[in-house]
Amino acid sequence: MKFSRLILANLFRKKVRLLLTLGSFSVALFLFAFLAVVKKAFTGGAELASARRLVTINRVSIIQPIPLSYRDKIARIPGVESVTHDNWFGGVYQDEKNFFPQFAIDPENQRKVFPELIVPEDQWNNFLKDRQGAIAGARTAERFGWKIGDRIPIKTTIYGSNSAWEFVIDGIYHGKRPEDDETQFWFQWDYFEERVPERLKGLTGWYTVKLNSPDDALRVAKTIDAEFANSPYETKTETESAFAASWVKQFGNIEFLILTIGSVVFFTLLLVTGNTMAISVRERTGELAILKAIGYKDHSVLLFVLAEASAIALVGGLLGLALAILAIPALGTALNGLLPNLILSRSMVAAGLGFALLVGAASGLLPGIGAMRLRVVDAMRRI
Amino acid sequence: MVSVNNNGNSSSLVQVRGLNKTYRRGGEQIQVLQGLNLDVDQGDFVAFMGPSGSGKTTLLNLLGGLDVPTAGTVAVAGDEITHMSSGKLTEWRARHVGFVFQMYNLIPVLTAYQNVELPLLLTRLSKSKRRQHVETALSIVGLAERMHHFPRQLSGGQEQRVAIARAIVSDPTFLLCDEPTGDLDRKSADEIMALIEELVSKHGKTVLMVTHDPVVAARAQTTLHLEKGVLVEASRSRENVTAGGVA
Repeated sequence: MKFSRLILANLFRKKVRLLLTLGSFSVALFLFAFLAVVKKAFTGGAELASARRLVTINRVSIIQPIPLSYRDKIARIPGVESVTHDNWFGGVYQDEKNFFPQFAIDPENQRKVFPELIVPEDQWNNFLKDRQGAIAGARTAERFGWKIGDRIPIKTTIYGSNSAWEFVIDGIYHGKRPEDDETQFWFQWDYFEERVPERLKGLTGWYTVKLNSPDDALRVAKTIDAEFANSPYETKTETESAFAASWVKQFGNIEFLILTIGSVVFFTLLLVTGNTMAISVRERTGELAILKAIGYKDHSVLLFVLAEASAIALVGGLLGLALAILAIPALGTALNGLLPNLILSRSMVAAGLGFALLVGAASGLLPGIGAMRLRVVDAMRRI
Repeated sequence: MVSVNNNGNSSSLVQVRGLNKTYRRGGEQIQVLQGLNLDVDQGDFVAFMGPSGSGKTTLLNLLGGLDVPTAGTVAVAGDEITHMSSGKLTEWRARHVGFVFQMYNLIPVLTAYQNVELPLLLTRLSKSKRRQHVETALSIVGLAERMHHFPRQLSGGQEQRVAIARAIVSDPTFLLCDEPTGDLDRKSADEIMALIEELVSKHGKTVLMVTHDPVVAARAQTTLHLEKGVLVEASRSRENVTAGGVA
């Protein structure tokens, strides 16, 4: 603590340089937080997926339907607790920019298979009685200012003419965990079945299968696919996390992209701050020599340089992360629900601070070692 | 009492025996000091003079433990410093040596008080004790009222006074002054020399000083001349008589 005044005085020696270095740390940490949040938004589905759920789709592609008649056959397979089916609606609410995912759901089994998405009991009962009823995710309801009882027209772009289907908001669901997707819009399967063209009746988009035990996953998946092998609608069954991961892969290798951008940021920051620290140490060669002459040990000088670099990293990092905490919710709104919840978790903030301190220490290390090895007589000769 | 080139007194504060220092520049070996012997007693004020490159500063660096000799030994207050590790030597410097340099070498972002306090931060003294020591040192150099000024707010002479306060604040065994007046005008130089004289006469400090300036050297009790790495002459400036038959 008694050396803190010396460290602080050195930090504030060149205020403009200090501000610029803090700025570069802040921007880098903001970018770090943003990339971490986007990566989580893309890959979070796989991480949140239940180990007790399987997804069965048409073997050709998810856009090819599979028969509704498969449901009972799947339900009879040992190890299966319950089965539900969904279909993508892909409608437009007011404007194409207002994207949110809409699904025709099987009300009988939806809550058994997805218990983490909570709908108040009275709202759910109203939904069951209402053919045009719909349940909206809390984020989507908040985004459009929907309330229970509101009538919501959604234009279909896939089924029939470009007409609007009208829904009534009977309930709003919340996720148990902050990361749960609260952007979906569910409506009655019967209403969907009634209005789709004749050729699509009796078909569904996919099944979600809830297992008694995650240990049964491989066996049940194989049994389901074997059951429908050599039929006109062969299936492909995989765990929910594998399904979510392959869904993300459709967008390209997001993880690699984020890792690449992150690495570029890391090394650029390392070079910028390393150069700044090197200049700062070079400017103070004489002063460091004096400190050593009057009895400061080599490792003390190294620690002073590391402390300065780490202090810059910590303050700059905190500023960047604070900026990210403020900006990311606004960013989520601006993205119009294109990505699920953008959540900057505590672990991300901790990782960001760790990253900042690592860069700070690394950038101070080489100049610090130079200062540590400095011979007083050589330094005094240069003054 | 200062003794040159003989065995001197074994109880001397500073004992230098057969001191050699050789530098390598390119492929060439340059012998800066050649078999130098020297004894300095407690309370002596010695000036080293000589042309550029004669080895004055090198000698001072060796005496202060900032450099290591090629051969020979330096002992201060019974501690032989020539074979100490770098870490031990640093600790030894903190306890025994006060440095005063030509360019003052204060930390510009610290106040006079904070600059003087720097050596004390290495000790276990409490904050109040440190304050007491710093205020005493600044009073001795006559800058108690300017303790919260930064170096840029002080004149050259005042900066050098702060540097002297920094050198004496930990009550070292001896002071090593490398051209302490080299960057000052005559009036300021006189004031600094008066201060150094007072440290010797009133506070019993031992001072070894390098200077080019004969007027400044004349203020020391003894002046030693270095030429081509050899102490060739010693002259009495004041009351202390050079012993050992030199010059």
